[in-house]
Amino acid sequence: MDKTWNNRAWFLVLPVLVLVAFSAVIPLMTVVNYSVQDTFGNNQFFWNGVDWYQELLASSRFWESMFRNLIFSAIILAIEVPLGIFIALNMPRRGWGVPTCLVLMALPLLVPWNVVGTIWQVFGRGDIGLLGYYVNALGVDYNYVQDPFDAWVTVIVMDVWHWTSLVVLLCYAGLVSIPDAFYQAAKIDGASRWAVFRYIQLPKMQRVLLIAVLLRFMDSFMIYTEPFVVTGGGPGNSTTFMSIDLVKMALGEFNLGQAAAMSLVYFLIILLLSWAFYTVMTNYDAER
Amino acid sequence: MAGVNERTGQAMDDAGAPAANAAQEQIARRMRRRGDESRWWWLVPTLYIVFLLVPIYWLVNMSFKTNREIVTGLTLYPHQPTLRNYAIIFTDPSWYSGYINSISYVVMNMVISVAVALPAAYAFSRYRFLGDKHLFFWLLTNRMAPPAVFALPFFQLYSAFGLIDTYWAVALAHCLFNVPLAVWILEGFMSGVPKEIDETAYIDGYSFPRFFVRIFMPLIASGIGVACFFCFMFSWVELLLARTLTTTDAKPIAAVMTRTVSAAGMDWGLLAAAGVLTLIPGALVIWFVRNYIAKGFALGRV
Repeated sequence: MDKTWNNRAWFLVLPVLVLVAFSAVIPLMTVVNYSVQDTFGNNQFFWNGVDWYQELLASSRFWESMFRNLIFSAIILAIEVPLGIFIALNMPRRGWGVPTCLVLMALPLLVPWNVVGTIWQVFGRGDIGLLGYYVNALGVDYNYVQDPFDAWVTVIVMDVWHWTSLVVLLCYAGLVSIPDAFYQAAKIDGASRWAVFRYIQLPKMQRVLLIAVLLRFMDSFMIYTEPFVVTGGGPGNSTTFMSIDLVKMALGEFNLGQAAAMSLVYFLIILLLSWAFYTVMTNYDAER
Repeated sequence: MAGVNERTGQAMDDAGAPAANAAQEQIARRMRRRGDESRWWWLVPTLYIVFLLVPIYWLVNMSFKTNREIVTGLTLYPHQPTLRNYAIIFTDPSWYSGYINSISYVVMNMVISVAVALPAAYAFSRYRFLGDKHLFFWLLTNRMAPPAVFALPFFQLYSAFGLIDTYWAVALAHCLFNVPLAVWILEGFMSGVPKEIDETAYIDGYSFPRFFVRIFMPLIASGIGVACFFCFMFSWVELLLARTLTTTDAKPIAAVMTRTVSAAGMDWGLLAAAGVLTLIPGALVIWFVRNYIAKGFALGRV
């Protein structure tokens, strides 16, 4: 649609601007302030330059939590995206099965995040949880409270449970938009099942898949509540992802300067990713 | 099935074009049903749904058990079903006020978000203006911003305004990600409405506000519904900010749930019952937005 050039449209955007400025810009400025200042209490601040940043980037704690988070995101994507595509390909296409599947699959997406944590916290326990009990009964020593590996498995399975449906729903939305003519042509050419997937379904899903990958990456990169409820970042620091570390630093240790510096670095990473997302999306729309 | 196909193929030769269409349609329908080889395709969604529902079932199951039954042995269904856990939640004010608090700030947030997002989305979908692309991108970054970054500054900002522990604090804080979400979703729906409708209305003498409320909003009613639903959802599931900004009076149910650890150990049954009750709002309304779920989660970009 060709749009009219009209700067008075700013008036329509103004409410959003004011609101988001209040809830985003002002807090962010506070963070910037803290990140370059130090305090001895009594609300007396003095200029500290970039010391907090240097300290942060030199600390192994920051790199470890970031590294952990990147590995987590990579595993999540490696599992959820192929699994989501596979399930979407096997979804029913018409009849009563469609809304039923959609609603049932979307259910985990609507569970409050801390309840997701609670569900898996209970589910994985060896004494009262179905999963933990039977895994232990099979002879596998599974205890997510004490063993870092088990904690990771629990957190990953939990995230797969929680978010795979998002990939499924997006891929499904892409699949149903493919016109019948494509399948007819493929059938006439005698295309194999794999060829249909590779040359028809996958290209047609490209856009939604892109959205799914980026959303999943960003959401897993700032995951907080679910692992916090299940493992509390432990055992030790083994599941302390960036957000957990940051909240620990800011609200637990009240280490304002370093937490603020970390917030900004964190935010900058997200900003870069969002920019990539936005550019790719708008370019994609422009090409079509 | 292959035999049927061949026969329709022959019929095609005899009857000409209409039959050919019918045959092709049938082929297409069969292709859409994943071709000929996978008779067991339904196994995949079924297994997946079972995987999704078992943990939820376990929570529901636990919520109807007594604590003794939960702790003493693993039972696949409640042998002595009890409503004690739910009774506690519905009679103890510190429990049910958690739900009231949550619903209050969530609804406030939903109304604020959609109300301010409506005109903005209209501007983005209809006009080009100075800095529009940058603004749109900036809104997106707020949706993507990690709440953890904002927890501390929000706490101080709202303390300064005396808003801590009120519904307003959480409702405004959640605007951080819900306003951009609503703008993106609504913009997607509004772009689907042809611009000629606006122009015709203006020619007919409608003023902008009157046109917007009387003609335009009914046209994108489903979009507004979807935006409302997703604002509700994302505010309902968020805990980090909600917990940070409240202490007692406006405490959300999600934070009240952490109270179940007591001197006598964990009250698992109560925790499970509280969890089950938080699932209900989502489960109730999801049916109405089932066709738009993908659109909402993808920020309206599907």
